[in-house]
Amino acid sequence: MEMAVTELKKNKALLCLECGKCTAVCPISAYDREFSPRRMLAEGIFYGGGDLISDKRLWSCLTCLLCSERCPVDVRYSEYMKGVREIAQKQGNWGEPSHGSALLHIMEMMTAPKLNQNRTGWINGNIKTAEKSDVLFFTGCLPYYEDFFAKDFDFHPISIAVDTVRILNHLKIKPAVLPNERCCGHDLYWLGKIDEFNKLRELNLKEFERSEAKTIVTACAECAYTLKELYVKKLGLNSIEVKHISELVAENIDRFKFKDQNLKITYQDPCRLGRHLNIYDSPRDAMKAVPGMDLNEMPHNKRGSICCGTTNWMNCGASSSRIQKARLTEAKNTGADTLVTACPKCQIHFRCSQCGKGKDKEKTDIKLKDFTNIIASAIDG
Amino acid sequence: MAEKSVKTKTKKTGKKFIPDIVAFACNWCSYAGADTAGVNRMQYSPNFRVIRTMCSGRVTPGFVLRALKLGADGVLVSGCHFGDCHYIFGNYKAVEQFEKTKKLVKTLGFDERRIRLEWVSAAEGNRWAEVIDEFVAQITELGPSPLNNNHKS
Ligand code: SF4
Ligand code: SF4
Ligand code: SF4
Ligand code: FES
Repeated sequence: MEMAVTELKKNKALLCLECGKCTAVCPISAYDREFSPRRMLAEGIFYGGGDLISDKRLWSCLTCLLCSERCPVDVRYSEYMKGVREIAQKQGNWGEPSHGSALLHIMEMMTAPKLNQNRTGWINGNIKTAEKSDVLFFTGCLPYYEDFFAKDFDFHPISIAVDTVRILNHLKIKPAVLPNERCCGHDLYWLGKIDEFNKLRELNLKEFERSEAKTIVTACAECAYTLKELYVKKLGLNSIEVKHISELVAENIDRFKFKDQNLKITYQDPCRLGRHLNIYDSPRDAMKAVPGMDLNEMPHNKRGSICCGTTNWMNCGASSSRIQKARLTEAKNTGADTLVTACPKCQIHFRCSQCGKGKDKEKTDIKLKDFTNIIASAIDG
Repeated sequence: MAEKSVKTKTKKTGKKFIPDIVAFACNWCSYAGADTAGVNRMQYSPNFRVIRTMCSGRVTPGFVLRALKLGADGVLVSGCHFGDCHYIFGNYKAVEQFEKTKKLVKTLGFDERRIRLEWVSAAEGNRWAEVIDEFVAQITELGPSPLNNNHKS
């Protein structure tokens, strides 16, 4: 009942026409016949959410917004999912976290004020950071991804942080890096753990204030979304501005001198950067400014882009894997030799999908790079 | 920025700090080793809780992190000696998992001595007792974990 009233109203769910367009475009529904956003809404409306609350599939939605793109009455389905999860979670329901929950545990541990992290070990002599600066680089969970995934997936998530600072240095910016920055809280928020999210936000905001930074730069699409929308906009803060690194590069593109790259690439719109934040052009414009960079679009691009298959380290299963395989195949079919993403997590999930010995290995075999890696290695000097 | 050393006496109560330790022990060797220690009526520190897993290779970073999240002051992972694992290579997997856990725990700012990997066979009751005593002494020296809310230091 509680759900029917608040969640349904808040997210325009009561307007649902039951047309089923959402189910038709949903990437999870494409591979999991039991997963139907339309039905999950109907359950909420007509049955007060009874079964939905304990349904394991509640945790499968990627909150990727693709369905809202098509919905004729603009139902905020992702937010509806978040709201229902909040209630479900309080009643002791939970999905199937991947990686034995390790990453979610780390996020929750960061809510402890007494935690004193050791997370800046990646800052080496070749890049310049400062104690205090107008610009703050928000690292996000990259140090943890480095610990967790570097060995298994043969790539260094932390190189994204290093390359971001290199790009900033090229713009004559020596960013500050917070030694005890917390997780932005993105995943906990979308999983309905709002109390934990609030704790993280509070701790981060205190650190931001202490740092006196005016601009916060991040290289992660999820951090960008969370800091922009859930920190700055929601709380009406006007003292800080948040920028994804691709925006900063695009705005200052005249100040870059690039070497010729001779590279055929295609670009994956991370759902947080794309549909959630409407940032489609900055990364493209920035990369197109590099001489010899040949950008080939996938058939599903920009607003119609398909998610990397897993969000929030939750309910990763056969559908996730199939979405990833399909997306990688789509990327490969453009003729590009590198798939560029602007979100560290997209890359991690795609790399995971490329592991193993599946018979379609060749079809999905494409190099993966982060936006920051591409720009940093193209910088002349 | 590792942990600052904390006094082992809690300020509020003035009571001595008694660490909470979680020990993951594999069914076939270490758990039986702990049993042997019990059957032989060995005297050793009582302040740890054993969680039996089928093999030490099952103990992924998530297990250890969860224990720390819930406030454990130390976490022990124990399995069979190399070559003795019931599942042949499980303890090699345990080493891999533990290396990963150690990195994460260090980045989180914990002293890495709060987690430990040991091999104890079913016959080595005395070794189990020694390992526990040693670990308890170590953790007592390190003081309460920053996430342990029972010890306000
Ligand atoms: S947000 Fe994405 S995953 Fe969730 S129902 Fe909509 S299209 Fe499907
Ligand atoms: S697309 Fe919109 S109106 Fe149609 S079933 Fe889905 S939520 Fe309802
Ligand atoms: S796809 Fe992503 S969430 Fe799923 S197992 Fe791989 S890395 Fe983990
Ligand atoms: S069964 Fe003991 S370590 Fe594998």
